[in-house]
Amino acid sequence: MFPTNAVDIGDILDRHGRDGTRLMQILRETQEVLGWLAPETITAIAKGVGWPRAKVEGTAGFYSFFHTQPMGRYRILWSDNITDRMIGNRDLMQALCRKLWLEPGRLSEDGLVSVDTTSCTGMCDQGPALLANYRAITRMTPERVAQMAELIQKQVPVAEWPAEWFRVDDNIRRADILLNNAMRPGEALKAALAREAEADQESAANARSWREGVNAATQGPSAVLEEVKKSNLRGRGGAGFTTGIKWEACRHAPSDERYVVCNADEGEPGTFKDRVLLTRQADLVFEGMTVAAYAIGAKKGYLYLRGEYRYLLDPLNDVLARRRDLDLLGTGILGRPGFNFDIEVHLGAGAYVCGEESALIESLEGKRGVPRNRPPYPVTSGFLGKPTVVNNVETFAAAALIAAEGGDWYRGIGTAKSAGTKLLSVSGDVARPGIYEYPFGVTVAEVLADAGAAETQAVQVSGPSGVCVADNEFGRRIAFEDIPTAGAFMVFDRNRDMFEVARNFAQFFAHESCGFCTPCRVGTTLLRNLMDKIGNGHGTQYDINEIYQVSRVLQMAAHCGLGHTAPHPLLDTLEKFRPAYERRLKSLDFEPAFDLDGALAQARQMTGRDDLAAHLENAE
Amino acid sequence: MTGTFTLDGREIAFEPGQTVMQAALAAGVFVPHLCYHPEFRPHGSCKLCTMKINGRPATSCTMPAVAGMEVESDTAEINDKRRMLVQMLLVEGNHFCPSCEMSGNCKLQALGYTLGVMTPHFTHFFPDRPVDASHPEMLLDFNRCILCELCIRASAEVDKKNVFALSGRGMKKHLVVNAESGRLADTDFAATDKAAEVCPVGVILKKRRGFAVPIGKRTYDIKPINEQAERFKPVAPTVREKA
Ligand SMILES: Cc1cc2nc3c(=O)[nH]c(=O)nc-3n(C[C@H](O)[C@H](O)[C@H](O)COP(=O)(O)O)c2cc1C
Ligand code: SF4
Ligand code: SF4
Ligand code: FES
Repeated sequence: MFPTNAVDIGDILDRHGRDGTRLMQILRETQEVLGWLAPETITAIAKGVGWPRAKVEGTAGFYSFFHTQPMGRYRILWSDNITDRMIGNRDLMQALCRKLWLEPGRLSEDGLVSVDTTSCTGMCDQGPALLANYRAITRMTPERVAQMAELIQKQVPVAEWPAEWFRVDDNIRRADILLNNAMRPGEALKAALAREAEADQESAANARSWREGVNAATQGPSAVLEEVKKSNLRGRGGAGFTTGIKWEACRHAPSDERYVVCNADEGEPGTFKDRVLLTRQADLVFEGMTVAAYAIGAKKGYLYLRGEYRYLLDPLNDVLARRRDLDLLGTGILGRPGFNFDIEVHLGAGAYVCGEESALIESLEGKRGVPRNRPPYPVTSGFLGKPTVVNNVETFAAAALIAAEGGDWYRGIGTAKSAGTKLLSVSGDVARPGIYEYPFGVTVAEVLADAGAAETQAVQVSGPSGVCVADNEFGRRIAFEDIPTAGAFMVFDRNRDMFEVARNFAQFFAHESCGFCTPCRVGTTLLRNLMDKIGNGHGTQYDINEIYQVSRVLQMAAHCGLGHTAPHPLLDTLEKFRPAYERRLKSLDFEPAFDLDGALAQARQMTGRDDLAAHLENAE
Repeated sequence: MTGTFTLDGREIAFEPGQTVMQAALAAGVFVPHLCYHPEFRPHGSCKLCTMKINGRPATSCTMPAVAGMEVESDTAEINDKRRMLVQMLLVEGNHFCPSCEMSGNCKLQALGYTLGVMTPHFTHFFPDRPVDASHPEMLLDFNRCILCELCIRASAEVDKKNVFALSGRGMKKHLVVNAESGRLADTDFAATDKAAEVCPVGVILKKRRGFAVPIGKRTYDIKPINEQAERFKPVAPTVREKA
């Protein structure tokens, strides 16, 4: 079993300087050693970092991947995105549970194993996927399920399971400037430094600002910033804010310290392009962060990596180490006195809301991932209250290209209003799922054709929080001025039930609401319950009206983008695929949510009966 | 910034640093609220104070006042949403007003009345939330908790004790106390703490003191909450620095 001595915690605490803002990493590493976070473990950690115990318990209780209850030596979490469901993840999970003699969500009686679902793990192009003790496994099959059950029963450590199971493919199907680039590490940075020397007058001021820590608001390396502004690069994480303006605002915010944060939380179901960028182009991403640090005058950067991508932690740390050796990180980068910058990878622990930039910052500070009140925005008050630039992985990669090749070059690619290229994560009913990089302006139909989609009914662009596009709209373009996207592109053919798609998304939002604000905390659960009621054949017109009412409260009063967008998939499908709802409605009048027969399910289970006489006829 | 903005057509003056809600309350205009408390930094979680500022929805307790804003608050559209927020809170917890010690003094109940909440409307969640009666003087009835975090802020900022915190996420979010046992008796909580008096609903109760005021004389029997704006006027904050 797991060791339980406190010595291990002491080592972990010391490694993190007993610093409460590093609580996430402390909790994760402790759990990796002890298996779970027992009450006395929480107390010890709280003492160690000097925080109130309840606050540590609060952080531990917020994240899906921290357990304050024992969850067994084997924790199997099935990715439950709609794309996993479409290829049978539910049946596979049931099969695994049967073989292990347990129920989903419950610890086995011998305390050995638990099996449950989790939100999309970002392997939609190679599902059904799961996490085994937080290590990603792809392409599950009935044979693998049988083998896995055996390995668990024989108590073979996960590290000794067949290596093939952990294979994660990049599936790059179409590459353009980002994925095709062959820049050597440091090239973009050198170009940025050279550019600044050209703007000669400024170069003296630049060097001085680095040496003396002069406020960058007055003097600093602005040449590269000008290129980023010229490029018209806009954020790739969803909101589409102009990157140059964000950097400039941060640079001008008065402070002695600034931070660069890379958002690699990639929690939007159906999105996996950041995973591939971090696998194939990690240098470019880190280089983009370093360029940003140079432009705004930051000394420290963080890459917030979603917990589902735990397997990328070591490779990314290796890249960082190599970059330090190459003089591309650390003190006096590329021989420039005062150009000091380093990057650390921070691992998340299963919370979609932490992709929201202010929640992400809270999480970086060791707290519950709850979105902050704004204003102030991160560019003036971010990590530890200091000005902070938060950008998506792909945004930083593009910024590195711009530093090397210039803003005009970049602006010439794509459409007039959407410069550059966009990575799409294509999954669902297509012959060739994977990553497609296109210049902005590509039509939905072109993507479908390239991916080998047939008989397509709908595409969910940009994930559950994006838009559901029906076949009469396939001529629309992927661009900020038409269909903006964070990258997800989930394809549904004519055999798919769009109601079940929307229901899956409603379950996702209810599971991921942080619970800070009333409308989203309660409203997402109400929406999920209404969808379940309709899905279970008890819905009426009244329930559809209720969906609209609750949605309006969310759209008006929710605190952050999660709550604002949670109704989208329901409203979109109600508008475009109404029959999928209506054929499930029981009647057009009121029908109670309470299911008389359903209430007897427990009694049936306890008595082992499921015959006709054990069921109540639901009154017509 | 000082200046004025209009609220439902009425001109409201504001002081530097004031939020829209503080300025409104200072001018005697009631604003529905649950997580706001005059002595604490605004929190922005209950969303009862939602207004429309220049046509866009905004949280008035956290939104800094800016000269020239056009603000709508007491409209049918907005009150409709507020009513539903109260209903959401009612079904999320277990609220049985007739047997609650706070009845008549409870803000949630009082807002329900003024917003015209006739039924809970939504299907009850009936969560399982055991009561903590371990403390000799105080009782915690979590069934009524609306997660406004006022007790958390009071205990951290005024009492400097951090007796309360939140754990869980989403619908599973819940109040916890600062003890390994999870029991209030094992914390340093005292009946004289600020945190013992800020709860807007009936969670944090003094034992043997329930129903002290007769029906008819309770806070919101005398006048409905929307006619008591003066009770919530901004005051010098007890603590304003970051916790
Ligand atoms: C609920 C929610 C989840 C989000 N998740 C992500 C994410 O996983 N990755 C990301 O880059 N941005 C995400 N965002 C957007 C970020 O808040 C932020 O706008 C973005 O990181 C800024 O970077 P960009 O300008 O480069 O896009 C999310 C926003 C919300 C409201
Ligand atoms: S909208 Fe949802 S996720 Fe966002 S703050 Fe409110 S409860 Fe949290
Ligand atoms: S106990 Fe009362 S004060 Fe504390 S969070 Fe709950 S409702 Fe608010
Ligand atoms: S009073 Fe403004 S959100 Fe609660």
